[in-house]
Amino acid sequence: MGRIVLNKVTKKFGDVEVIPPLDLTIEDGEFTVFVGPSGCGKSTLLRLIAGLEDVSSGQIQIDDTDATPLPPAKRGLAMVFQSYALYPHMSVRKNIAFPLRMAKLDKDEITKRVEAAASVLNLTDYLDRKPGQLSGGQRQRVAIGRAIVREPSAFLFDEPLSNLDAALRVGMRLEIGELHKRLATTMIYVTHDQVEAMTMADKIVVLQAGVIEQVGSPLELYKTPKNTFVAGFIGSPKMNLLTGSEAQKHNAHTIGIRPEHLKIVSAGEGWRGTVGVSEHLGSDTFIHVKCEAFPDPITVRATGEVDIRYGTEIHVAPDLTHLHRFDDRGLRLG
Amino acid sequence: MATQNSRSAARLMMAPAVVLFLGWMLIPLSMTLFFSFKKFLPLRGDSLENGLEWVGFANYTRFVGSSSFWPSVTATLTIVAGVLVITVILGILLAILLDQPMWGQGVVRIMVIAPFFVMPTVSALVWKNLFMDSVNGFFAHVWRGFGAMPVEWLSQASMPSLIVIISWQWLPFATLILLTAMQSLDSEQLEAAEMDGAPVLSRFFFIMLPHLGRAITIVILIQTIFLLSIFAEIFVTTGGAFGTKTLTYLIFQRVLESQNVGLGSAGGVYAIILANIVAIFLMRIVGKNLDA
Ligand SMILES: Nc1ncnc2c1ncn2[C@@H]1O[C@H](COP(=O)(O)OP(=O)(O)OP(=O)(O)O)[C@@H](O)[C@H]1O
Ligand SMILES: [Mg+2]
Repeated sequence: MGRIVLNKVTKKFGDVEVIPPLDLTIEDGEFTVFVGPSGCGKSTLLRLIAGLEDVSSGQIQIDDTDATPLPPAKRGLAMVFQSYALYPHMSVRKNIAFPLRMAKLDKDEITKRVEAAASVLNLTDYLDRKPGQLSGGQRQRVAIGRAIVREPSAFLFDEPLSNLDAALRVGMRLEIGELHKRLATTMIYVTHDQVEAMTMADKIVVLQAGVIEQVGSPLELYKTPKNTFVAGFIGSPKMNLLTGSEAQKHNAHTIGIRPEHLKIVSAGEGWRGTVGVSEHLGSDTFIHVKCEAFPDPITVRATGEVDIRYGTEIHVAPDLTHLHRFDDRGLRLG
Repeated sequence: MATQNSRSAARLMMAPAVVLFLGWMLIPLSMTLFFSFKKFLPLRGDSLENGLEWVGFANYTRFVGSSSFWPSVTATLTIVAGVLVITVILGILLAILLDQPMWGQGVVRIMVIAPFFVMPTVSALVWKNLFMDSVNGFFAHVWRGFGAMPVEWLSQASMPSLIVIISWQWLPFATLILLTAMQSLDSEQLEAAEMDGAPVLSRFFFIMLPHLGRAITIVILIQTIFLLSIFAEIFVTTGGAFGTKTLTYLIFQRVLESQNVGLGSAGGVYAIILANIVAIFLMRIVGKNLDA
């Protein structure tokens, strides 16, 4: 079990309200990702759930019991920290065994569980090393191992992959996803990387300045962003958000069109512009186009390799079925 | 990097410092050794000009044979051990306390460190006259306030009193070193332990104490070096009476009170040997904390 409900939860540091009243339900077994720009309160929210910070008001329920007054140890949650927070003077074995030792399990049971966790995480050969003698990815796995041996009702991850290099990050992303499928335990995962959010989540919670902008599945957020913030935040490269007369033609203050929904067309059609920098990724090419109609360059995706020179004239047209329209407060229309 | 050339240049440039340092160490050491084999009683007319009589190991046997030798070794070790235990334990507690965010932190920290700036002689005098005096001392008033007979601290409980005085002197040093170590402890480690279900005491023993291991080692080693040669505090308070005569103090008495330089020098050599035995012991016990 691991159903977590936040009820009008707020958090103040002194006079600064970091989290205004917030409601959120995380269903049992769900992989929920908190995503948002730096400083928006993701870690604070996670620490409130963990019990490492006290809420200023509101209620946190874990499995239908009020967990607000409970200390972290009593909440049955496990956390993986960004810095891993391994105990440097203990061997990997002792690190993983620590929560079990604190729970006063008997020796054989501890050994059994530690070895099971180590084999799941490919750590068997490293059990007698100290954390200082491990690579970043291995340390990460020890931290996860320390979390899973306790069989918690939910896992909390605070940017666990941000200290790893790009290749390892992709690998660990898959491993955590795999782990979630196998354990089917609730996981809450904090990141500011929207690619991580899109690839791993069952449910994404987009935060800005402590406020939930939208909650939904990755594709929901992608297809129907509720406002311009979510529209600009989810998806890579970013959605083109355009204002002015072109937007007014569609009865909106702002229109949004993703790079993949812009087509290169022949002269006389669409918007005229000149080619800026283009990024060749092999499978795709992202072309930055300076259009006369808009102050900022827009991004266009072309599939495969395209032979386009810097400074040449180009015409692009939006696919109108995928046009997003927003009003003057940035909220989605229709 | 270190080519043949630069290495010999480095040696050349280091030479003056090394020579100075060796002279600094070797001259007093060899003079002590030299005198320890001679009969040298300045008041009886012995002097370097007249030549000193070679007496072999007579000074050494006499120094050990004296009835005050073994008590002085015990006294020295008792003081070192007592002060170490008190300063390390209280130092850890104070460091934890001072690490908590609190109002007036800066002032409190300076006040805790203040005793270290007081000269040993002065602090010993303050303790002797203001606190431990059996007529006007603070403790005497407290005792009388409870209707009890004031204690003659420096004679009836001379060793504990001395240990308290010296601990008061050295506590700031221990606290300071342990506090800086405490501040380098990653708070996420404590939070992780908290999530792992470790109560306060377990967090202290499993996380904080191992983290402080190296700092505690340093405190023990440095304090031992200085505590073995404690002198002013004894001179000012008990004058070596009531079982507080340490090896250092015994040497002082032999050289200055009985004007026997040869005997004192032999004592000095014993002090060096004792210091080395203690150092080897300590290195064995705590030294492994220093590597890795
Ligand atoms: N202990 C604290 N005291 C005062 N303000 C704090 C404290 N902790 C966090 N804050 C403030 O709360 C806000 C949210 O911080 P938080 O650490 O939750 O951000 P975040 O979303 O995790 O950012 P990042 O992606 O950079 O980790 C920030 O503006 C931060 O300055
Ligand atoms: Mg954070």
